[in-house]
Amino acid sequence: MRMSSRLERVLRSGRFAVTAELNPPDSADPEAVYERALVLASVCDAINATDASGANVHMSSVGVCALLTRAGYEPVLQVSCRDRNRIAIQGDLLGAAAMGVRNVLCLTGDGVQAGDQPEAKPVFDLDSIELLQMARTLRDQGQFLSGRRLESPPSLFLGAAANPFVPPYVYRAAHLAKKVEAGAEFIQTQFCFDAARLRQFMEQVRDLGLHERAFILVGVGPLRSAKAAEWMRTHVPGVVIPDEIVRRMGGVPVAGQREEGKRLCVEIIQQVREIPGVRGVHVMAFRQEELVAEIIEEAGLLPRRRADRPTLPDESQEVVD
Amino acid sequence: MPGPVRILQDHPRLLETAYAATHQLLRPFRRWLRPGGGVEWAFVQAEKVGKGFLFDCRMCGQCVLHSTGMTCPMTCPKNMRNGPCGGVRLDGHCEILSEMPCVWTQAWERTTRMPRYGDQIRTILPPLDRRLEGTSAWINDYSGAANRSPAGWNG
Repeated sequence: MRMSSRLERVLRSGRFAVTAELNPPDSADPEAVYERALVLASVCDAINATDASGANVHMSSVGVCALLTRAGYEPVLQVSCRDRNRIAIQGDLLGAAAMGVRNVLCLTGDGVQAGDQPEAKPVFDLDSIELLQMARTLRDQGQFLSGRRLESPPSLFLGAAANPFVPPYVYRAAHLAKKVEAGAEFIQTQFCFDAARLRQFMEQVRDLGLHERAFILVGVGPLRSAKAAEWMRTHVPGVVIPDEIVRRMGGVPVAGQREEGKRLCVEIIQQVREIPGVRGVHVMAFRQEELVAEIIEEAGLLPRRRADRPTLPDESQEVVD
Repeated sequence: MPGPVRILQDHPRLLETAYAATHQLLRPFRRWLRPGGGVEWAFVQAEKVGKGFLFDCRMCGQCVLHSTGMTCPMTCPKNMRNGPCGGVRLDGHCEILSEMPCVWTQAWERTTRMPRYGDQIRTILPPLDRRLEGTSAWINDYSGAANRSPAGWNG
């Protein structure tokens, strides 16, 4: 039987899910991972381990996930196509599954030019949709891309990213349909600072019935300051922060901007939560992990863990990792 | 980029008709369209010049222009076969090459002007066979090499 992920169970139970991003350390010390995980774990259902996001090198997502499962946490392994070809990725998926990883977020990845080593060779042997379908085949057909059989297939809850906030707006939902077709069961979006744009996107998503085929989690996060907002929107690929948000942040004295960023994040969570088809939020608090707990609490999303468990019908059959 | 080429690129309907016509035209000769001979050499030269001029072709050997709005997906710096990515700039340009319009944004828009093949953009394309790079896409099409997905693709 399929050993289900905790995140999958929360989503299937109908509960509004919370995932959070863990920024991997520039360190070989496992404690650096555990310190970050500790502040996130009690307020979210799963922890995303990023894969050299923004093309900046850090501890690998497989490494972080292995540490997290050892300590009983629920990680989401982020896999990017930028740095590894199909051979390496299939091996990593098996290795991660063997370490107890049950959730995978399939990404194409930012270009190497965005990171700290732009002179590196970009791989991009696959794209995110090909990666999704490959991972699904690995799981459901129990075979590699070559057709060679696996002795024991991995049990994985497959996810993909979506960015409703950049062009081509009208085709973003149709593109998401391809991801769902390829095997995406949950979606984590790029940072949302524009609830109106998200509403339009979700309307298209509902028209295509995608909200019934995949669980959609909206990406949110606190801005540290007006300056940070400006930096993010010019330097981080795919992040769109409307002028009015930057103005709102700038309208507050510098000392109060961090608090304002947090308040804004809570407001956005409350707005997106009302949109039909949104099944959770994904909190990305770059170097502000300590704020995640406050945000989740102030957004009224606590308590999180275990409260939903007695309502699950198949709890008795659950296989504990 | 010369003007006439630009105009032609903006008429995907014309291009898809030309593609379909070429396909019909070559069909009777398919028994001679084999990899590894003088015929292929001639095709490679012709494709390099013709498709290079029209589409900035990268000679992947597995042409899917009719599935991608008659824009070459290999000009995407991430080589995406199922784009776009989430990094597209607000002006519709590429995340990596900021002066270049995103080929996938163009692709999705152009498919609306392609009555014949427009819907094919919704079909998931398989991973590339990197061994076919530099070979003739037309010959690979007729020999079947371009249409063979990895054995474990799609179960």
